[in-house]
Amino acid sequence: MALLRRYALPVVLIVVALLFPLWNSFLEETVDVNLMYPVIVITVYIMLALGLNIVVGFAGLLDLGFVAFYALGAYVVAWLASGHFRQVSVAFGTTATSITGEEVPGIHLSFWLVLVLAGAFTALCGVIIGAPTLRLRGDYLAIVTLGFGEIIPRFFQNGDDLGGFNLTNGTIGIKAIDSPGFPFLPDSLSAWQRFGTLELYPWFYTILVMVLVTIYVNVRLQDSRLGRAWISVREDETAAAAMGINPVTTKLWAYALGATFGGFAGAFYGAFIKNVFPTSFSFNVSIFILLMVVLGGMGNIYGVILGAIVLQGTNFFLLPQIKTWVNSIGEAVGNQALATVDIPKYSFFIFGIMLVLMMLFRPEGIIPNRQRAEELHDETGSGDAMGGAIRA
Amino acid sequence: MALLEIEDIHSYYGHIHALQGVSLTVEEGEIVTLIGSNGAGKTTTLRSINGILPPREGRIVFGGEEIQGTPAHDMISRGIAQSPEGRRIFHRMTVLENLEMGAYHRNDRAGIREDMDRVFELFPRLRERIKQESGTMSGGEQQMLAIGRALMSRPKLLLLDEPSMGLAPVLVERIFDIIKDINRQGTTILLVEQNANVALEIATRGYVLETGTIVNEAPAAQLREDPKVREAYLGEI
Repeated sequence: MALLRRYALPVVLIVVALLFPLWNSFLEETVDVNLMYPVIVITVYIMLALGLNIVVGFAGLLDLGFVAFYALGAYVVAWLASGHFRQVSVAFGTTATSITGEEVPGIHLSFWLVLVLAGAFTALCGVIIGAPTLRLRGDYLAIVTLGFGEIIPRFFQNGDDLGGFNLTNGTIGIKAIDSPGFPFLPDSLSAWQRFGTLELYPWFYTILVMVLVTIYVNVRLQDSRLGRAWISVREDETAAAAMGINPVTTKLWAYALGATFGGFAGAFYGAFIKNVFPTSFSFNVSIFILLMVVLGGMGNIYGVILGAIVLQGTNFFLLPQIKTWVNSIGEAVGNQALATVDIPKYSFFIFGIMLVLMMLFRPEGIIPNRQRAEELHDETGSGDAMGGAIRA
Repeated sequence: MALLEIEDIHSYYGHIHALQGVSLTVEEGEIVTLIGSNGAGKTTTLRSINGILPPREGRIVFGGEEIQGTPAHDMISRGIAQSPEGRRIFHRMTVLENLEMGAYHRNDRAGIREDMDRVFELFPRLRERIKQESGTMSGGEQQMLAIGRALMSRPKLLLLDEPSMGLAPVLVERIFDIIKDINRQGTTILLVEQNANVALEIATRGYVLETGTIVNEAPAAQLREDPKVREAYLGEI
């Protein structure tokens, strides 16, 4: 019975998610709505939010530059699975073929291999950035991560002439990224041989599996030794050190793990969109992902997933819908400004208001984490003051 | 050879020269107490020993090895545990979780179980509150938890910082009885205490600290009779 109570909700949710292509095609036939594309993008953001949740929710580090890892992951797939480096011609398990049967220029590795490499690469970057900066606490860390999130897209923007070497193709970005796929499958499974742009469900299942892995890792981490160490470092770094926990290594684990998932999501997104530009990885994206974590409930996995769905859903459906409503009201009353206002343009204004309201009325998020909620509602706080809090 | 030997350490908070050449020894099996008024450097001495505030000069030898400069998080596996000033338990963890944190660096399940039972024997109150969130307990219970948590690492040397702070007199007596029991079971203790009366009652030896230097050292019984100590720290004229 206890087992049922514990697993019932997750199992139901997973089944609903697995059957999504089915009910999506039902929706398409009956009300002519195809949710496939938005749902794939939302799922990418769920993965990003869950990655950031490890950093912000579990370890309590304020990271304002998470987009950097997302960008790095996307560029790894652009480098290793496109015709960008035409000086060489390397192919391994790729879906890319040329009509003439000649060798395709560029590096074309199997997406699955690139995915692993992207995760490893961003983890390494996380360690390199984190090792010197995670000695900082609170605001200082936020500033450093903010800078890092700005530097990386800037680097991609200007990386088209590194001593004559074109690494990133500048503002134009890298185009025509190879599709994932399993070329060895029989022709009856052609949608899976090479993921296309018409049949999107292989993309959906790929990102769904990736998210499920992320959720599994999140759940396991929460109850792990490392998870306990994160809670203690979050609460009192000095006391944690007195327990034999190295605060820097502990925080570094969170940072590197978060970076890995950011890299995975970036690699998938790069392959899905097929083009990467520096401008897709602006500071806004970092804030957007952070907003998902905060809105949903820092440290609570359900909350973070819900936060991602709510915010991206607002972006995709609610704002355009509000625009139509406001515009038709404007037309009805003959107000030119209302009739033409472009609501989605003000999305960050609206998200800003949402965040302020959230902080005022429910700072722990929609579905809060128990300990986090108490930290936020604690008037005295344990803090990190020299003497710590004394409660008699 | 002494278990802990501190030779002429100097520690600073920024430019403030807080410890100006402190030397002391703790023999195995002793309870040594460090008394002195506010700001004398008692807590600073403990912070210097456990690596939170590494001394700029001087040597700290523990079990024959120099440990000054060892990071704080490595001290516990060397056998030094502490119940810090203001207790610093993890308020949002339960009693059980706090005790588990004390054994964080250990892997021997059976040994941890054993030490947990020992802590519960010393502090039956903690067993009653095992699932309670520790921040909601009374000050005395939190102090018990802080000491219990430190014992969970099975330390050779236990550093206690102001265990009487903020407690009712009757509770202070009980806590100090238990500290004596812990010592009898074989743990060496370095006790920092403002309440010199109770500290000198259970200690073997005592050091008197004044503005960053040791001004007196003697067996506890002798310090209790010292007229200067009586006047300055025991509240007698």
